[in-house]
Amino acid sequence: MNSQERVWATYRGPFDPCPPVPFKTYVVPPNQYVNFQPPGLPQYPLAEALRAGTLWPAFYSPYESKAGKGGV
Amino acid sequence: MWIYEKKLQYPVRVGKCDVRMARYLMEQYGGADGELAAALRYMNQRYSIPDKVIGVLTDISTEEFAHLEMIATMIYKLTKDASVQELEAAGLGPNYAQRDHALFYQNSAGVPWTASYIQAKGDPIADLYEDIAAEEKARATYQWLIDMTDDVDLQDSLKFLREREIIHAIRFKESVQILMEERDKKKVF
Amino acid sequence: MEQPKACEPRYYEMLEQLQVLDFALVELNLYLDTHPEDLKAIEQFNQLTQERTRLANQFQELYGPLQNFGRAYSKCPWEWSQSPWPWQV
Repeated sequence: MNSQERVWATYRGPFDPCPPVPFKTYVVPPNQYVNFQPPGLPQYPLAEALRAGTLWPAFYSPYESKAGKGGV
Repeated sequence: MWIYEKKLQYPVRVGKCDVRMARYLMEQYGGADGELAAALRYMNQRYSIPDKVIGVLTDISTEEFAHLEMIATMIYKLTKDASVQELEAAGLGPNYAQRDHALFYQNSAGVPWTASYIQAKGDPIADLYEDIAAEEKARATYQWLIDMTDDVDLQDSLKFLREREIIHAIRFKESVQILMEERDKKKVF
Repeated sequence: MEQPKACEPRYYEMLEQLQVLDFALVELNLYLDTHPEDLKAIEQFNQLTQERTRLANQFQELYGPLQNFGRAYSKCPWEWSQSPWPWQV
């Protein structure tokens, strides 16, 4: 669970056939809060930037696979 | 003109033989929100957009072609040595019947890529909002693909591609701001 | 004919160093497209371009050209069309 993740519960109808999923999630990535990148943002070391997929930690968005977690 | 560079933008490793994932990855190869659609959408819009944002469209389009090559690499590695039986079990029997192991611009359900996936409205704001939406949709597709594999090597490359969509969306949002002539960056941040 | 030495550990190390530098350059390039007045970012871009050029030359000396159409020299036989291609390694 990371701070970019939001959780919501789906409506449970009386005749839903499958075991209920307790909650669903979605991600709000950091680009949603920025209309224009300010200059001079701190940068990752370059090798780390490649692995992160961005030069700037402020825009990094983690995502973990739901595979094998009985996920959504 | 374009010059090809003989290297991937990011290392692509595939940790296990999983033909099933090759089929799902085609969503980002020839699907509506895939890399081909993205590259061609931006490269085409740039001819009818104000000069200030032509650079953004040209460069992001070019990067999308590098991503297309990464997706192709994943599909290639996952299917190269697959037997007919393995392809069939993964739902790629129809693909084999048409073209053996060849890649094709189609989505995960085998629907061929079509130009109607992309738009050019000729209105700079409308076009840029389509681009922002396209990046968010591609980000979501990468999430679902990451969910569908437990191969950490494949996940690693997909996470890189997902993050790139987030950065591209910022650049398109900035392009909108530039066209609004709203240059006071402190105020809009 | 001497086989290209691709796929030895040094090939992957140098390739990844190049990917690291080139990625930072892509990021800065896109950033500068929307921030053309950011002098510090331009200086960083120019400095990394210099490092990139140096590393690319070393890489090409060992493993053949990265680009075709006159962007890199060739030994004999013609090196450009030799394997491996990016999706093969």
